[in-house]
Amino acid sequence: MNITVTLIGQSIAFVVFVLFCMKFVWPPLINAIEQRQKIIADGLAASERAEKDLENARATADEELKAAKVQAAELIDQAKKRAAVLVEEETQRGHAEREKIIASGYAEVEAERNRVREELRKQVAVLAIAGAEKIIEREIDAQKQSDIVEKLVAEL
Amino acid sequence: MAAEGKMTPTEYINHHLTNASVGEGFWTWHVDTLGIGIVLGAFFIWLFARVGRKATVGVPGKLQCFIEMVVGFVANTVNESFHAKSKLIAPLALTIFVWVFLMNLMKLIPVDWVPTFFGSLGVLFAGDLAKGYVSADAGFLERVMDHPWSYMKAAPTTDLNTTLALALGVFVLIIYYSIKHKGVGGFVKEMTMNPFNHWSMIPFNLVLETVTLLAKPLSLSLRLFGNLYAGELIFILIAMVGLWQLPMHFAWAVFHILVIVLQAFIFMMLTIVYLSMASEKH
Repeated sequence: MNITVTLIGQSIAFVVFVLFCMKFVWPPLINAIEQRQKIIADGLAASERAEKDLENARATADEELKAAKVQAAELIDQAKKRAAVLVEEETQRGHAEREKIIASGYAEVEAERNRVREELRKQVAVLAIAGAEKIIEREIDAQKQSDIVEKLVAEL
Repeated sequence: MAAEGKMTPTEYINHHLTNASVGEGFWTWHVDTLGIGIVLGAFFIWLFARVGRKATVGVPGKLQCFIEMVVGFVANTVNESFHAKSKLIAPLALTIFVWVFLMNLMKLIPVDWVPTFFGSLGVLFAGDLAKGYVSADAGFLERVMDHPWSYMKAAPTTDLNTTLALALGVFVLIIYYSIKHKGVGGFVKEMTMNPFNHWSMIPFNLVLETVTLLAKPLSLSLRLFGNLYAGELIFILIAMVGLWQLPMHFAWAVFHILVIVLQAFIFMMLTIVYLSMASEKH
């Protein structure tokens, strides 16, 4: 029960234990705890950041999809318009071609008719002259009377 | 010691409250206090240092979890109560908490086990140390209790030397921190100019402040010693009531689980508070 030299012994033991604790016990343990705390905090922050990133990416993707849809609709619209224009142009060109072909056909027919008529006229004139020749062969020289024949042909 | 037959209750109590000691007068070494105290302290350092050396930052094992829980608890307590920066205070608090807890814990060992164990060792291997109060034909247990080795007390904190040693360590630190943070002048001024700030009151202040200063280690050591010593005494008394001691011992031991942790915590907490007060500037 008395205070004895044990007090000194225990004091020395106490000091030694505290020093050992300071040197070998506390630093590694508190380091491990604090580092783990940091790692956990970092992990939580990272997951939060990742979540935010994911949300952003989703929003971006949505936006891009919308933009793409709009663009596609525009393209289809343009294509339709262009097609309509093309059809219209082609139709008009076709019409014009037809008119031209018909017109040229008419002109050809007219030219042919004129030619044939001329031919006929000439032949009629020759026939008429041949008839007249035969009628008046004996007294009229064909050569002397050719101006009359020419006049006749022109009148036909 | 009775010459023959059983011990009287007084002898029994005296026996169990006496430390195993070597030496005379002031130079008495309490072998039980020193031995068990140092073994427990070394166990604490060994266990914690081992876990600390192997500590992983990743997923901790169960033992590491437990140790970290204790360290984290102490670190939180220190951070809440001690505002100056110090590398010493947290390890000091941890050492006090765990060491005092382990020394208190020894009290849960039934009061007869340790004396019987060491007494038996003594009779068996060092019979010539016996003081010979008991005749050689006395029963084995009587001879065991007569042997000087049977005076081993399990809990070092029931010895005032241990609690006072701890408190003295804290006392030295209180003075060291006071001088470190306030300077010698500040410390002297605090001792002489408080609570009455007038030169004529210096002697009165000095007496008052000295009492205040000394009350800290005294209350620290006496609180722990008193609680543990009284608890030990009750355990010894319970051990003498025969069969009824079993439920009574159980109840008292359960209650003491609380006392053991609480006293260790109080000692640590007050140490932190005293040192915090010492390092605060006014």
